[in-house]
Amino acid sequence: MISLKEKRWIPFLAVILGLVAGTLIVILSGRSPLIMFATFIKAGTGIDLLKGGTFNPRLVGEFLVTTMPILMGGLSISFAYRTGLFNIGAEGQIIAGGVAAIGAGFFIPIDNQFIHSTICVLAGCLAGALWGLIPGLLKARFNVHEVVVGIMLNYTAMYSANWLYKQMPLNQMTRTENVPVSATLNVDFLRQLTNNSRLHLGFIHVIIALFLFWLIIEKTSFGYQLRATGFNKEGARFAGIKVKRNLVYSLMIAGAFAGLGGALLTLGTYGYGRVITAFDNVGFDGISVALVGGCTMLGNLFAGLLFGLMKVAQPALQIASIPKEIGDIISSLIVLLVALQYAIVLYRNKIRDWFKKARGQK
Amino acid sequence: MNTFLSMLPGSLMVAAPIIICALGGLLSERSGITNIALEGIMTVGAFVSAALLFYLEKVPGFGSGLGCWVAVLAGAFGGMLFSTLLAIAAIRYKSDQTIAGAALNMLSVALCIYISQILFGHQRTDTFTTGITRIKKVPLLGDIPIIGPLLFQGINPTIYVAVVLVVIVWFVVFKTRFGLRLRSCGENPQASASLGVKVEKIRTIAVLASGFLGGMAGALMVLTTDTQFTASSIHGMGFISLAALIFGKWQPFGALGAGIFFGFAQQLGVYANMIPLLNQLPSEFFHAIPYVITIIALVLFSSKAVGPRAAGQIYDPGQR
Repeated sequence: MISLKEKRWIPFLAVILGLVAGTLIVILSGRSPLIMFATFIKAGTGIDLLKGGTFNPRLVGEFLVTTMPILMGGLSISFAYRTGLFNIGAEGQIIAGGVAAIGAGFFIPIDNQFIHSTICVLAGCLAGALWGLIPGLLKARFNVHEVVVGIMLNYTAMYSANWLYKQMPLNQMTRTENVPVSATLNVDFLRQLTNNSRLHLGFIHVIIALFLFWLIIEKTSFGYQLRATGFNKEGARFAGIKVKRNLVYSLMIAGAFAGLGGALLTLGTYGYGRVITAFDNVGFDGISVALVGGCTMLGNLFAGLLFGLMKVAQPALQIASIPKEIGDIISSLIVLLVALQYAIVLYRNKIRDWFKKARGQK
Repeated sequence: MNTFLSMLPGSLMVAAPIIICALGGLLSERSGITNIALEGIMTVGAFVSAALLFYLEKVPGFGSGLGCWVAVLAGAFGGMLFSTLLAIAAIRYKSDQTIAGAALNMLSVALCIYISQILFGHQRTDTFTTGITRIKKVPLLGDIPIIGPLLFQGINPTIYVAVVLVVIVWFVVFKTRFGLRLRSCGENPQASASLGVKVEKIRTIAVLASGFLGGMAGALMVLTTDTQFTASSIHGMGFISLAALIFGKWQPFGALGAGIFFGFAQQLGVYANMIPLLNQLPSEFFHAIPYVITIIALVLFSSKAVGPRAAGQIYDPGQR
């Protein structure tokens, strides 16, 4: 078994090892790792070291825009994981949230941006929660594994959403018209502040969501019941916790977080709905965020920023003639390494023993 | 009826990789390892075969036919190599199988496109020109009345490969000593271990075999339906295979039936506008069919234990 104390530093080691592996891959393919790291720094802070430290606030804005939905995906996976559920269906819940938010944007006529956008965001949360309700109910009622149902629902969501978008005012076959400005989260103030980035008011929603996540999980008896279920389902049932009901609630709340992520994506980042042929992988990035973040509020925040960086830096990497997929390679290697925690601890102990022996011989 | 007949070759062509990949999943899951990574394994197989075929076509003698099948074999070994990562993570180091699988799926596309960028300079492989084409007429079998023209004329040979593999996998899993051990590892590994079965060894073989079949499926997929490898070459076929495995109740012939059914559903999306009544339905409906049906099947099967009992659980020899 791996102790809790060890569990805490495994993500750090995984991140370092993942970056080292990524660096090696870049070197092996004949590209410069220095440019890669300079690009990561530029994408994260807006400071371009290769151009004498010039600062561009637009990059910081884009960094945050990319991070927000991924972070919500992370909160969704984390919330379910604390209850012992693997919400691989977050991708579908994000899509459901996105389409509901856009639908509310088109079909609910309100001029006030605050009221309209809030309604749209809540519609997204609701749709995500309903999409999370399906695996929850099937798990509680029929004991069907939430992972398989989640995967199948991801694709069902994608095709359903594509059809729904095509029923809305279409701009081209692949996207809807822009939703009315009152539905979006965009404000000129933030745009001017960040040199015309797509930064939107969604960061307020993200902060509220982070707070709610922490409050529910750590500070309520409901959250305590969920965690108890996650630690030991039978034990929790024996202690009088309504395990099945909590499974359903947990996946619904996880779905609401993901749905919010989808709403931020459509109302904030894009401002229109997109007919997609492949996943955006926001939900799958959420898996990475949750695992590396240890499913805690603060952990998610930092891991979300890390994976957001790996994503937002990609176009700049491509321009610097480093294939942009290196960002995804590093991300997936980090997740794989976190999954390999048993091996990490094993080899750390081996190295430690070897050092001890070497010192003892002196 | 005519529309149905014209749909048949296409449906079988789509079905072949689904069936083969589902067989791979079957071996892995029957041994107790949940294989979410099928999608990634197919991706790797597709990339390896497509990239190799592009180069092979320039070698004299490999231009037609032969080069394709060499590429398919290479894709299968590529998938097997990639699945060793799953074997190491899930068996040797007792990682969570779902998480490791999800990570491998992400890694596969990123890695394949990365290498494409290095080799070809863009986010896909260069195009190959040959591919696996339909056989005009199978000798002898093609002359049988009714069945001959239907199943042995103008059909892509990949489905024959799939059917042969179904029989082989069925024989291995249900008629050999190895198969019995494999299944016992998926039902109760501790009990099998107490009888001297080397659980970890059998599971490793099963996962590698599943990588081989998954890689082959990916190769057949890209060589029959595409002219190059792109990030969307596989577009969820690995997950459809997983669905076919479940819908086929973890049985080889079940996977065959489910694969053909799902292949048909995919083709219906293309042909629906020619069929009255069905042309009222959006094409998205047909794309979603396999997934929705699998969820329904899962619910219907849930009262009976059809899947391997120990699939997805981490094997701990000390556990009782």
